[in-house]
Amino acid sequence: MRSVFILVTVGTFLGIGALAHDLGFSLTWAVVCTILVWAGPAQVILLTALGGGAALVEIAIAVALSAVRLMPMVVSLIPIMRGPATRNRDLVLPAHFVAVTIWAESLRLLPALPRENRVAFLNGMGSGFMAVGAVFTIVGFYLAASLPMVLTAALLMLTPLAFLMSTAGNARLLADRLALLLGLMIGPVLAAYRVELDLLWAGMIGGTLAYAVHRLREAAR
Amino acid sequence: MSELWPYVAMVIVGFLPNEVWRWLGIIMARGLDERSEIVVWVRAVATAILAAVIAKLTLLPPGALAGVPVAVRLASVAIGFGAFLACRRSVLAGVAVGELVLIAGAMLRTP
Repeated sequence: MRSVFILVTVGTFLGIGALAHDLGFSLTWAVVCTILVWAGPAQVILLTALGGGAALVEIAIAVALSAVRLMPMVVSLIPIMRGPATRNRDLVLPAHFVAVTIWAESLRLLPALPRENRVAFLNGMGSGFMAVGAVFTIVGFYLAASLPMVLTAALLMLTPLAFLMSTAGNARLLADRLALLLGLMIGPVLAAYRVELDLLWAGMIGGTLAYAVHRLREAAR
Repeated sequence: MSELWPYVAMVIVGFLPNEVWRWLGIIMARGLDERSEIVVWVRAVATAILAAVIAKLTLLPPGALAGVPVAVRLASVAIGFGAFLACRRSVLAGVAVGELVLIAGAMLRTP
């Protein structure tokens, strides 16, 4: 495999499979979730919030907010994929495969291909990554059920480690970096005091504060 | 019905709120500026939500991870993040070092 992203995919879904097991979801549910949702952050939010008994409205809003970033990714890929004979419905499947890994690989690989082959190429690459994701969801689930405790703990630790670092790596603007820091600090405080809708509040307070600081700094220039 | 419920919940609060943005991306394929103010704010809120999930998974973890002392979990994140920064923001290096710290710490600290 020439793509380092395949390793990231393996790690992400090992962690998600282990998380699904330890939060009491069924194996089938976990695999269907990987195929239907196909977005790491949304799946981790869905698992932890649903497993922790959060209100359904809160989960839906938290998942939706985590997924807004998919829209500009799809928007930026469409002009590369659309040919003269491409209909919108031909783009529904390739758009479903779009997550940060596929998006980055598509931007790298698609421009070198003839335009009429690009949708098919993305569908093939997306299916391949998704198959890897589904297989390692299963592997993570079974490993969490059978490994010694220390190694299961290590699998569960994959998710916070990988997400912390990939989020920090993608955070280019001051607003993004501050939001990461504030969310890390506010989230556990709200959870410890058992505040209702703690994830949503942490996001609104931390994200809005970070955005306000970003605006103030822009204005001061 | 009760066996179907988890799947219905997945579709309503997991699949739809996620997938709708991909559909909107197809429809709005022209004229969306990634640097517009609303996009910056939404991304900050989404980043803070994900950060809260990360902190919750580390400090109030599920299952087997709860058996590892909190000091070991925090050391895993801190040293792993240090390795990530030291190795030119390599996610792979950071995760690998964090995992090694967690496994070593858990074996030393748990009876």
